Amino acid sequence: MENTLIKTVDLTKTYHVGEIDVHALKSVNITINKGEFVAIMGASGSGKSTLMNLLGCLDMPTSGDYFLDNINTSKLVQNEYANIRNQKIGFVFQGFNLLPRTTALENVELPLMYDRLEKVKDHQKQATEALKKVGLADRMHHIPSQLSGGQQQRVALARALVNQPSLILADEPTGNLDSVTSVEVFNLFQKLNDEGITIIMVTHERDFAAFAKRIVEMRDGKVIRDTIIKDRLSAEEELKKAIAAAEIAE
Amino acid sequence: MKAKIILKVATRSILKSRMRSLLTALGIIIGVAAVVVMVAIGDGAQQKVEEQIASLGSNLIIITPGASNSGGVNRGMGTFNRFTWEDVDKIKNEATLIKGVTPIVFSGGQVIGGVGNWFTRIQGVSPDYLDIRSWPLESGEFFTERDIMARSKVCVLGSDIVKNLFPNSDPVGQQIRIRSVPFKVIGVLKSKGQSSVGTSNDDIILAPSRTVGDRLSGDHMRIGSIQVSAVSSDRIPAVIAELKSIMRESHKLTQGEEDDFTIQDQSDISETATATSRILTILLASVAGVSLVVGGIGIMNIMLVSVTERTREIGIRLSVGARASDILVQFLTEAIVLSLTGGVIGVLLSFLIAYILNNYTGQTAVIKPQIIMIAFGFAGAIGIFFGFYPARKASALNPIDALRYE
Repeated sequence: MENTLIKTVDLTKTYHVGEIDVHALKSVNITINKGEFVAIMGASGSGKSTLMNLLGCLDMPTSGDYFLDNINTSKLVQNEYANIRNQKIGFVFQGFNLLPRTTALENVELPLMYDRLEKVKDHQKQATEALKKVGLADRMHHIPSQLSGGQQQRVALARALVNQPSLILADEPTGNLDSVTSVEVFNLFQKLNDEGITIIMVTHERDFAAFAKRIVEMRDGKVIRDTIIKDRLSAEEELKKAIAAAEIAE
Repeated sequence: MKAKIILKVATRSILKSRMRSLLTALGIIIGVAAVVVMVAIGDGAQQKVEEQIASLGSNLIIITPGASNSGGVNRGMGTFNRFTWEDVDKIKNEATLIKGVTPIVFSGGQVIGGVGNWFTRIQGVSPDYLDIRSWPLESGEFFTERDIMARSKVCVLGSDIVKNLFPNSDPVGQQIRIRSVPFKVIGVLKSKGQSSVGTSNDDIILAPSRTVGDRLSGDHMRIGSIQVSAVSSDRIPAVIAELKSIMRESHKLTQGEEDDFTIQDQSDISETATATSRILTILLASVAGVSLVVGGIGIMNIMLVSVTERTREIGIRLSVGARASDILVQFLTEAIVLSLTGGVIGVLLSFLIAYILNNYTGQTAVIKPQIIMIAFGFAGAIGIFFGFYPARKASALNPIDALRYE
């Protein structure tokens, strides 16, 4: 139990659309340990986004329990949800979701602003370090429209990291990126995972899921397959290969 | 969140869309400026009224017919005995603490003379009038007690009459016809300017009281009021008491009977006059206040648009751990900062307008510190009031929907 980060018990989510009940999630039981890198796969409508929203404390389950770091989140109120999002979870979205016309540095500082415990005194220093970690120290003062897609996603990753969360949730993090840039981002994910950060990501592409350590497949609101990957793909080596291939092509 | 950070976030998002923020604040700017300027004009008018009443004459006391209040029932002016020459003579002979006394016999009519004709007020007064009203002559001379007794057909013109009837010549010594009665002009009054109610003080002809009474008014002769000047301001209460007993005696009022006249001194008059201008000020300020409220609605409008436009930003903030209350405070602060900034600019603008009014127009505008505070407080209150609904709407957003919003 010590090592368990996430545990769901019969996690169920039902949406009411007019007269019809949509069962987005049906009694999902899943346990994820600290330091895992999980890829959640499934067709659209399989319930993977709903699961991510519940795991990210963005939404509340209809029934069932969700333990995060041994806290039963189903018993919490809205404001405590906000605190958990701030303290324990970092989000990376497909559409980057950076504040427009706001510098990379200020974007990364954002979660620190809502930290009620005020763990960090020097927001700017902490944010700068997070940006260094994703290799964007030289682009701190650029606004999102001056950055490439890959760079924007790295800013988003720095923002997810800045509060030193125990969990990073990535919803199709490379959905808007080309394949080489995607591999770069996965390289970063793998490095962070090696440092001990738990990562859960939703992806459509099996190729990218191979970068994870474990693949959870879903269909119709249920987990249908849960596989541990023994020899996971190294993004770093893939990147080298891609660069070499590009050089040959020239 | 600390107040400093909240303010920083609010100012930053206001500055991100400068033009829109300026236009939004414009409603408040105009509203605040309008309120402050309107009240300043009202206060200026009041100040002018007070000055004018002070300039009416030194230690003026006015007696008007009719009780101001009789047994709890206001019977209005002139419901009772009119004043007679005897009343005036009795005051003149018996009052000890007065410098002068004059009846005011009201009349009016068409005046023909000089280059044309003119409709004006004619007042029959005693030789003491000029002294009582502190009104000097421009040229010529005033009539005397002998003219009164002889009912001489002489008159003194106000400067407006001279302007209209004798634009190019000296009226002194000339003949004019007042309601077909020929009068000789013996003097011209100095210009006194506008009265507190906006009419000209100079549109007047003065003639001996009895001349007006007997030759112009005929049977309908009326002494509209008796004006007295006290020897000094500290003797005014004593003079009033004295006048009261003289008048009661003259009107043969028995003990227990109400006065059938009203005695007012300058402070009473100024009170009545300023009450009027105060009502005017309140009216003007209320109209201006409406524009301030309209400005508030403008803020609400733009904030609502802004909330919709920034739905994704709200989603991002919620996802990184902002509470609903943080979002509420952020948008509310934006609205308040906007309206208070508008308030500051509005107050500065009102100073500029007051400066222009005072220096380039005849209007006087007096900006009192209280009104600035009130306008400012009002602007802030409007920010809170009209900012709350949009802020509430923003904070009620659900993070997932907000993040998905395109």
